[in-house]
Amino acid sequence: MGIVQIIVVILILVLLVKPVGTYLYHVFSNEPNRTDRVFGATEKGIYRLIGLKHRGGMSWKKYVLSFIVTNLVLVVFSYLFLRLQKGLPLNPGGIGNMEETLTFNTVISFITNTNLQHYSGETGVSYFSQMAVMTMLMFTSAASGFSVAVAFVRGITGRRSVGNFFEDFVKAHIRIFIPLALLVTMALVALHVPQTLKPTLEVTTLEGQTQQIAIGPVASLESIKHIGTNGGGFFGANSAHPFENPGPLSNVLEIISMWLLPASLPYMYGKFAGNKRQGWMIFGAMMTLFVVLLGVNYAAESAGNPAINAMGIDASQGSMEGKEVRFGIAQSALFTTVTTAATTGSVNNMHDTLTPLGSITPLTLMMLNNVFGGKGVGLINMLMYAILGVFLCGLMVGRTPEFLGRKIEAREMKLIAIAILIHPLIILVPTAGAFLTELGKGSISNPGFHGMTQVLYEYVSSAANNGSGFEGLADNTSFWNITTGVVMLLGRYVSMIAMLAVAGSLLRKKPVPETIGTFRTDNGLFTGILIGTVLIIGALTFLPVIVLGPVAEYLTLR
Amino acid sequence: MTQSTHETTGEQVSASPAAFVFTTVRLSIVFIILCGMIYPLASTALAQVLMPAQANGSLLKDASGKVVGSALIGQSFTNQAMFQSRVSSIGYKAEASGSNNYGPSNPDMLQRTKDSIAQWKLDNPGVPVSQLPVDLITNSGSGLDPHISPAAALVQVPRISKLTGIPADTLEALVKEHTEGRDLGLFGEKRVNVLKLNLALTEVAK
Repeated sequence: MGIVQIIVVILILVLLVKPVGTYLYHVFSNEPNRTDRVFGATEKGIYRLIGLKHRGGMSWKKYVLSFIVTNLVLVVFSYLFLRLQKGLPLNPGGIGNMEETLTFNTVISFITNTNLQHYSGETGVSYFSQMAVMTMLMFTSAASGFSVAVAFVRGITGRRSVGNFFEDFVKAHIRIFIPLALLVTMALVALHVPQTLKPTLEVTTLEGQTQQIAIGPVASLESIKHIGTNGGGFFGANSAHPFENPGPLSNVLEIISMWLLPASLPYMYGKFAGNKRQGWMIFGAMMTLFVVLLGVNYAAESAGNPAINAMGIDASQGSMEGKEVRFGIAQSALFTTVTTAATTGSVNNMHDTLTPLGSITPLTLMMLNNVFGGKGVGLINMLMYAILGVFLCGLMVGRTPEFLGRKIEAREMKLIAIAILIHPLIILVPTAGAFLTELGKGSISNPGFHGMTQVLYEYVSSAANNGSGFEGLADNTSFWNITTGVVMLLGRYVSMIAMLAVAGSLLRKKPVPETIGTFRTDNGLFTGILIGTVLIIGALTFLPVIVLGPVAEYLTLR
Repeated sequence: MTQSTHETTGEQVSASPAAFVFTTVRLSIVFIILCGMIYPLASTALAQVLMPAQANGSLLKDASGKVVGSALIGQSFTNQAMFQSRVSSIGYKAEASGSNNYGPSNPDMLQRTKDSIAQWKLDNPGVPVSQLPVDLITNSGSGLDPHISPAAALVQVPRISKLTGIPADTLEALVKEHTEGRDLGLFGEKRVNVLKLNLALTEVAK
C-alpha cells in the first residue's frame, strides 16, 4: 500500500504538469490571452498605484537591480515590523520584540525563500508578524524567484529581452500565487486546519489537566508556505503539527502544492524554447534523480533503526521516532523527498531523527539543488548543468558547443563556474569553521557522527535556501544567526545574478543555424549526459562529507 | 513582448534613481497590504463564515457537552486504565510543539526506549514484548500526535480489561469502531484517535 500511494501522488503531479506549464507560459509570454480579461484590470490598477508607466523590456542589469532593490525594501519593512511587534496590533499573546541577530536571520531567511527558523512560531512572533512579515515574504520571495527564472528562460531562448521585473513580479502574484493560495487555504480549512485570530485556547483534558493549545491564522500561511516553496511553519513542529497538517489528505495537498509549480517550469521552458521535448527531457532528468533518492529514503525508513529493532519489539512499522502515525513511512518519505527537492523545507517528520541512510536523501537533494528546485532556482540550476554538459560534450568532439542555437563561450562558462562553485564553498567552509570554534561545536545536541551531520545539514539547508533543519541543533545564537544569514544571502543572490548575466550574454549573440553536426539537446542521450554531469559534479564535491556524517553513523549502528 | 514598443534597454523606465527607488517602495507597500493583510484577513473571514468548526480548532465535546480538547491534538494519559498515547518529550503541552530531535544513534534516545520497554513489561505482564508496536514507545515529530496504530491500541486491551473489569471483547470492538481507515482508502495509515477512544471508554465504564 505504501508504494501504491506514492505512485498515485506522482501520477497526479505528472498529469498536472502540462496544463499548469501551459498556463505559466501564457502568463509570462506576454502575448495577449484569455487570462488578461480576468486579471488585466487588477494589474493595471497596481501598475497605476506604483507609478509604472512603461513596461518595456529591461537590460539584464536593470532586471537584477529592480529585483534586488525591491527585496531590500521588503527586508527593511519586515525588519521594522519584527523589532516593533510588541506594540503593533494583533498581538493577543503579548509577545515581545524580536532580538537583533534573530531578526537579521529571520528576515534574510524569508526574503531568500529559505525559511530557516531560529525562532519558534508559538512564542516568538505575533499574529501581525505571522501575516505581514512571514506570510507576505512567502509571497514576495517566491514571486521574485519565479520572475528571475522566467527572465533567465527568456534570455536563453532568445526572446527580445529578459522582460520587465515589475511586470513579472505583479503578474506572478495576481495570476498565480494569490488565487492559488486562496484556493488551497479554503481546502486546508475544510480539512480542519485552523484559521482564526483568537488567542491560545485553554481546555480541561479528560484527565482533568489544563491544556493550552496554540492556534491562529494557520491555513492562510500554510497554503503559500507550500505553493511558494517557502517552508516556514506557523508552529515549531512545522507540518508535523496536527493543526498544520491534520491528515493524509492534507499531506497530499501540501505535497502537490509545493511540487506543482517547480515541476511545471521545465514544460514552460520547453514552450519558450519552441521545443516541448526539450522541456520533457529536463523534467525526465529531474524525475529520475527524484525517484532514485525517494527510494533510498523509503527503503531506509521502512527498515527502521537497527538499534531499536534489536530490542525485540514489533518494529514492523519502520522508524517511527520523529514521525506521525497518520502519515506512516510512505507519506513521510514522500514529503521529505519533495520538500528537499523543491527546496521548500517544511517537514512532516523530524529530519534529525531520520535513519542515517535515510538522511542521505534530503542532504543530497539540497546539495544538488536542481531536482525540481525552489521557485525557479531549480530550473535555472538544471539549465546551468545542461549548458555545462553541452560544453563538456563539445570539448570531447572538438567543436564549439552550442545551446539552443547560441555559442557557449568563455564568458558564459566563467559565470557558470562561479555559480557552480559558490554552492559547495558556502557549505563546506562554514561547516569546517563551525567545528573549529566552541560557538559552533557547543550547539550540537547529538553526539558522535550524527553531530557532524547536524552542522552540515544546517549549512546545506541555508545554502540551498531550503530551510529545513536537523532541529536538535541549538541554533538561536548570534554565531548561527549571523553565519547562516550570510550563507543564505550568498546562496540566493550570487547564482541568480551570475545566471541572469549568462542570459544577458546569450541574448546578445547571433543564433547559429542548426546543422547535422549540432549536438541535440532534446533526446534521451542528452538526458543521460545531464544526469551524469549532475552526479559527477555532486559526488566529487560532497561525497567526503556524506561519508563522514551519515555513512559513518550507519556503520556504528549496524 | 507585443505590447511594448521600446525594447531591450528599458532605461526610460526610470527618469532618476530616486524615482526608481520610489517605485520599489510603492510596489512593496502594495504587496505588504495585499499579501500581508488583505489576503490573511479575507481568508479568516471566509473560513469563519463557511467552516467555523474547522477554523476554530476542531474542538471535541464529551457527552455532557463540555469541551475536552481538540480532535486533532493529542493528550497525555497517565491513568493505566485508559489507552496510552505515544511518547511526548513536551508532555502534550500544546502551547508549544516538537520533540527532542534525537538522532538514531543518540544514547539518551536508546536509553529512553529501553526504559519504556521495561516499564511496559511491568504494566502489562502477560503480554509478550514482541507484540509491542514501535509507535507506542517512540516520540512523535510534533509531540502532539493524537493517534496510535490499531495494533498499539489492541495490545493495551488486556491491561485495561483487567483494571476496569470491562470484557476484552467489548474493548476490542471499541477499538475497531474507532479505527480510522486510510484517507480515500489509499493515503496514509490506519489509526486510532486516543482521545476519542478514551472518551468512548469512559462512557462504557459508567
